[in-house]
Amino acid sequence: MGLIARRLEAAGIATVCLTSARDITRAVNPPRAAFVDFPLGHTSGRPHQPELNRAIVGDALRAFEVLKVPGSMVHLRYHWAEDDSWKDGVMRPSAATADGGSGSGVADDRVERFDTPQFQTEADAAAAADSHGGETCAVCAGIDF
Amino acid sequence: MNDQAGAEVKVERRKPPIDYIVRTREQYSGLGYPPYAWTHSEDDPPWTEVPGPLSELRLGVIATGGIYRTGQTAFTYRDDTTYRAIPTDVEASELRATHFAYDLTDARDDINVVFPIDTLRSLVAEGRVGELGPRFYTCMGGIYSQRRVGEELAPALVQRCLEDELDVVLLVPV
Repeated sequence: MGLIARRLEAAGIATVCLTSARDITRAVNPPRAAFVDFPLGHTSGRPHQPELNRAIVGDALRAFEVLKVPGSMVHLRYHWAEDDSWKDGVMRPSAATADGGSGSGVADDRVERFDTPQFQTEADAAAAADSHGGETCAVCAGIDF
Repeated sequence: MNDQAGAEVKVERRKPPIDYIVRTREQYSGLGYPPYAWTHSEDDPPWTEVPGPLSELRLGVIATGGIYRTGQTAFTYRDDTTYRAIPTDVEASELRATHFAYDLTDARDDINVVFPIDTLRSLVAEGRVGELGPRFYTCMGGIYSQRRVGEELAPALVQRCLEDELDVVLLVPV
């Protein structure tokens, strides 16, 4: 994502990356970044908390206004929970079972890299088939408008 | 919080941000997989001045959460470098999320946690943002082939953003 931000900026479009993975974003070093220390899958907030989400995204947009040095990152002051214990088990399933836990899902909690479209629902697969006239569309960019 | 009279003052204990590169390396090597090659940029980022106050600018979004609209084909989980164009007047209830690298539960409950569509429409209504581009763009993250991102996905998205005459773009990785 930082790579795309760099390309956009080189093409004359200013960017901000809103990220929850500080180290990954630092490694790519995009022009402007805003870091929110939430679990992955919540970069722009929490479900059904529009006020919080508006505050987070609004603060991220502030980066357009306040960051003047290429490669800088603002740290947004939001906490996911009262404490940070949620960080202990992320990508460390063994940590959850080190004291003799059940062992379920320990060895590999990653999802298989299926090379077919992974629809959320079967109805979505049918809808996509309908909108493509039954043909497979490899790109699927730009339909519906 | 827990502000009861006489209660002890709670010392806030915070942990540093998660080092995902280290944890991914540990997990992959433990499983016998080759290491994921994170993009590392040694040179300074390019820079474009923001062309005015945000309240007068046209904003676009590119999100990597694997979001598609009903009627579109879903993303695959293996080096999918395609993208989807989502009209910015879309109903949030028509949006879906599919990805291998994050817990989809909350995104499927409220897409705004990874794709702030209602959030940004309300920021436009408030006057914080001038306007939204005609469409937002979505793709997958965690693509192994940096070459294909650089040669296929990135140029296509840049071209789209230029065609949409966007002033600024907010990128929302997952």
